[in-house]
Amino acid sequence: MLGRLSIDALPLYSWVAMTGAFVTIAGALSVLGLVTWMGKWRYLWTEWLTSVDHKRIGIMYVVLALVMLMRGFIDALMMRSQQAIALNSEGYLPPDHFDQIFSSHGTIMVIFMAMPFLTGLINIVVPQQIGARDVAFPFLNSLSFWLTAGGAGLVLVSLVIGKFSTAGWTGYPPYSGIDYNPYVGVDYWVWSLVLSGVASTLTGINFIVTILKMRAPGMTLMRMPLMTWTALCASLLMAFAFPALTVAGGMLELDRLFGMHFFTNDAGGNIMMFANLLWIWGHPEVYILILPAFGVFSHVVTTFSGKRLFGYASLVYATIAIMILSFSVWLHHFFTMGSSANVNAFFGIATMIIAVPTGVKVFDWIFTMYRGRIRFHTSMLFTLGFLVTFVIGGVSGVLLAVPPVDFLMHNTTFLVAHFHNMLIPGALFGYFAGFQFWFPKAFGFRLDERWGNRSFWCWIIGFYLAFMPLYYLGFMGMPRRMEHYSVADWQPHLIVAAAGAALILVGIILMIVQLVVSVRRRDELRDLAGDPWNGRTLEWLTSSPPAPYNFAVIPEVRGLDAFHELKERGVAYVRPDHYEDIRMPKNTACGLLIGGCAFVFGFAMVWHLWWLAVISVLAGLVVVVFRGSQDETEYTMSAQEVEAIENARYEQLAKAPRPEFDEEEEVIPGAPLRGGVM
Amino acid sequence: MSAASQSAPVAMPAGFLDTERRSKRALGFWVYLMSDAIIFALVFATYVVLSRNYAGGPTAAELFDLKRTFGETMLLLFSSATFGFATLAMLEGNRARLLVWLVLTVALGAGFVALEIGEFLGMIEGGATPDRSAFLSAFFTLVGLHGLHVSVGLVWILVLMGQLLIKGLTRPVASRLFRLGLFWHFLDIIWIGIFSVVYLPGVL
Amino acid sequence: MSNPTHGMAPGLRIYLTGFTLALILTAIPFGLVAFEILPRTPALLTIAVLAIVQVLVHLRYFLHLDLKHTPRENLFALLFAAFLIFIMVGGSLWIMFDLHHRMM
Repeated sequence: MLGRLSIDALPLYSWVAMTGAFVTIAGALSVLGLVTWMGKWRYLWTEWLTSVDHKRIGIMYVVLALVMLMRGFIDALMMRSQQAIALNSEGYLPPDHFDQIFSSHGTIMVIFMAMPFLTGLINIVVPQQIGARDVAFPFLNSLSFWLTAGGAGLVLVSLVIGKFSTAGWTGYPPYSGIDYNPYVGVDYWVWSLVLSGVASTLTGINFIVTILKMRAPGMTLMRMPLMTWTALCASLLMAFAFPALTVAGGMLELDRLFGMHFFTNDAGGNIMMFANLLWIWGHPEVYILILPAFGVFSHVVTTFSGKRLFGYASLVYATIAIMILSFSVWLHHFFTMGSSANVNAFFGIATMIIAVPTGVKVFDWIFTMYRGRIRFHTSMLFTLGFLVTFVIGGVSGVLLAVPPVDFLMHNTTFLVAHFHNMLIPGALFGYFAGFQFWFPKAFGFRLDERWGNRSFWCWIIGFYLAFMPLYYLGFMGMPRRMEHYSVADWQPHLIVAAAGAALILVGIILMIVQLVVSVRRRDELRDLAGDPWNGRTLEWLTSSPPAPYNFAVIPEVRGLDAFHELKERGVAYVRPDHYEDIRMPKNTACGLLIGGCAFVFGFAMVWHLWWLAVISVLAGLVVVVFRGSQDETEYTMSAQEVEAIENARYEQLAKAPRPEFDEEEEVIPGAPLRGGVM
Repeated sequence: MSAASQSAPVAMPAGFLDTERRSKRALGFWVYLMSDAIIFALVFATYVVLSRNYAGGPTAAELFDLKRTFGETMLLLFSSATFGFATLAMLEGNRARLLVWLVLTVALGAGFVALEIGEFLGMIEGGATPDRSAFLSAFFTLVGLHGLHVSVGLVWILVLMGQLLIKGLTRPVASRLFRLGLFWHFLDIIWIGIFSVVYLPGVL
Repeated sequence: MSNPTHGMAPGLRIYLTGFTLALILTAIPFGLVAFEILPRTPALLTIAVLAIVQVLVHLRYFLHLDLKHTPRENLFALLFAAFLIFIMVGGSLWIMFDLHHRMM
C-alpha cells in the first residue's frame, strides 16, 4: 500500500539534512500562514493561481525562480564551505549528503532557477513587445507553469521525504542505475526533470506560435525586437531539444522500474547512449538559457546608450546561427568517451565555430555603446559585467573545444569554472538585468538603484573570487565534486572561492534589501507614464502595470524600435476616437489541477505507490477531457470597461513628470559629439 | 487556405471560431507533432544502436511474425483511409456519416492495438520479456510507445464522438476533429518507420 | 472550412490515390522480404527508399501538405524538424557505431 514509503524516509541521518527539511517545512508553513493571516486566499486563487494572463504567469515564474535560486545558492554555499575546510578531514557533510547537494545544486540552478526565470521574462515582455494581447494559448501557458511548479515541488519534497539523487545533475548511468542507486534519489531527479521538460516543450510551442502568428500589423520578422528574436530561437530550441531529455529520462526510468537494459552494464545495454541522448538536449539547453539573456542585454544596451542597436541584422543572424549550430556540438561534452579522431575533430571544430556568431554579438553591443550617452542603471552595470566576464568564459570554452586539451581538463574544476563563467554572467546576469529593467513594467514602480548597484558589485567581485581560483585548481588537477581531499596546496584557493561565495551571499541579501526598500519607497519610484527609461520597443507603450489586454488599440508598426518611432512622430499617446470590445481568455483552474495531478503522479512513481499513480493519471485525464470539451474559453470586455481603464490611464499620464533624460538625439557613430568631449 | 475555406460547403453552425484562431491552433498542434516526431526519432536511433544486442536471448528473426506485422500495417492504413472519409463527411456537414466512419476507424484502430497486445503477450510468454536484453527493451519501448499513442488516439476519437453526439457538429468540435485527424495520420507515418526499421530488417 | 495546415480541399479522389499508392509502397517491401527477392544490402536500401517515398505520399495525400498552399510556418517547422532528425539520428548513429567499432 505504501510502496517504498516508510518512517526511514525522514532525513534523520544527519543534522544538516534535518535542518534543511525543517527550513523547507517552516518556509512552506509560514507562507501558508501568512496568506491565511492576511485573508488573501480568495484573491490569490482568483487573481493569480488560476490566472491565464501572461503577465501574471510571468511574475509567478520569476517568483518561483527566485525561491529556487535561494535553495540552489544555499547548496553552493554548503559545497564551498565544505571544500574550504575538508583538507584531510571530513568537514561537516558526509559524502552521501555532499553528493546530494551538488546534484540538487546543478538540477535546481539549470532546470528550476534559470528556466523559470527566462520563461517568466519572456512571458512578461514578449507579448507586449510584439503588440499582442496575450500568448497564443493562454491555458497552455498556465499548464506549463504548473507543471514546472510540480517538478520544483518534487525537488523540494525530496529534502523532507527521502533523498535526492547523488548522481550529479547529469545522472550518468550505470551509477544512476538501479544496481548502484536502488533508493529514491534518482527517481526524484528523473520525474522532476520530465515534468519540467514537458512544461518547457509546451512553452516553446506556445511562444513559437505567439511570435509567428500574433505580431502587430507592420511588424515583419526583421522588425522584431531582439528579445522577441531570441525568445523565438529559444522556443524553437525548447520545442525541439527537450524531447531528447524526455527520452533519456524515460529510458533511464524504464531501466530502473522494469529492469530494462538501455543503459545497464549487462545484457547489451549501452551506457554511452545515455550521455549521447542527454547532451543532444543538454547543449541546446545551454543556448536556451543564454539566448534570452542576450536579448535582454541588447535592449539594455540600446536603451541606456540612447542609441539604435548597432548591427541589428547581424545580431539576428548570429542568433539564428547559434540556434542551429547548437544542435551540432553535443559530443564535446564527452570527448573522453573514446571516439575516433574524426568524430572528435568534427565536434571540436563545430564548437569553435559557435564562438564566431557570439563574438559578432559582443562587438555589436560594444559598438552600440560607442559614443552613446551611457546611463549607468543597475541593469547596465550587469550588462557591462557580463561583457567583460563572458569573454573570459568564452575563451576558456574555445580552449576546452580542443579535444586533446579537453582530455586534460575533463572532470576538473577548470570545467566547473568554465561553465559557471558562461552561465552566471551569460544567463543569470542577463536575467538580473531584465529583472531590474522590466520590474517597473510589471509592478508600476522602479527598483531602488543604489541598493541594486551595491548588489551588483558584490555579485561581480564575488563571482571572480569564487571562480577564478577554480580555473587555477583545474590546472593543478583538482577533480570536481570532491567531498574531501589531501592536497594542501589546494586549500588556499578553495578558501578564496568560499570567500567569493560569501560575497555573493551579501549580493543576494542586498537584492532582498533593494526589493524591501523599493516597495517602501514605491510612491517616490512610481512609473506613471509606463516608460521609465525612454524605451524604444512596444512594451513601454503600455501602462505600468499594463491593463489585462495590454493594448486597447493594437499599434501599427512602421519600423524597428516601433515605440521610439511613435514618440518621434509624436503620436505615441494619441487617444483613439473610440474603443472596441476585446475578447479575453477566461481564468481556469484546469492548469493548476493538471499540474497537481502530475506532481502527485511523480511522487507516486518515486515511491512505487502504483494505486496513487493510476488515480492521478485518471484524474488528470478527466481534467484534460473536461477542458478539451469547453467551447467558451473567452469573455468579452466591453468597450465601456476598456474606455474606463484607458481614461484612468490618460489621467495618470497627464500627472507624469516630464522625463528626466534630455531630448534624445541620435548619435551617429564617428560623428563628433556635442560639446566636443573627446 | 482561404481558397479552400471558400470552396468548402458552409455547413458549420455558428459557435464562433475565427480563421486566425484556427490557424494558430493548427500551427501549434503541428509543432507539437514535429516535437513528438523527434521523440520517436530518438527512440528509433536508440533501437538501431541496440538492435543487435541480443545478449544470448531470442533474436529478431526468431520473434517477428511478418504476417502479423502486415496485418497490423493494413489495419492502420485502412484506418487512415476511413479517417480521411470521416473528414470528407465532416466537410459536407453530414454528422451521421461522419460518426459511421469514426466508428469504423475506432474498430480498425482497436484491432491494431489488439494484434499488438497479442504479439507482446506471445513474446512475453515465450520468455522474450523487455528485461531479457537491450534489443528487447528497445523493441518494446519503441513499438509500445507507438501503441500507446494509438490508444490515446482511440480514447480521443471516442471523446470527440461523444462531443459530436451531445453538441453536434459545431465549429469548435470540427476544429478538434481536424487536429485529431492530423494526429491519426501522423501515427500511420510513424508506423511506416516501425515496419521499415524494426520488422523488415529484423526478419531479413 | 479548411484546416490551415492543408492547402487544397481534401476530396475523395485524393484520399483514394493516396491510399492506393500507400498500399503499393507497403506491399513491395513486405514482398521483398517475404519472398527473399533481393540480397540483404540492396533489400535494406530499397526498403529505406520506399519508406521515405511513402512518408511523402502520406504527407501529400493524407495530411494535404503542398508547397503552394500550406502556410510557410508549417512547412518551415516540418523542414526544421526533418533537418534536426537528420542531425540527431545521423549524429547518434555515427557516434555510437564509431565507438562500437573502436571497442571491438
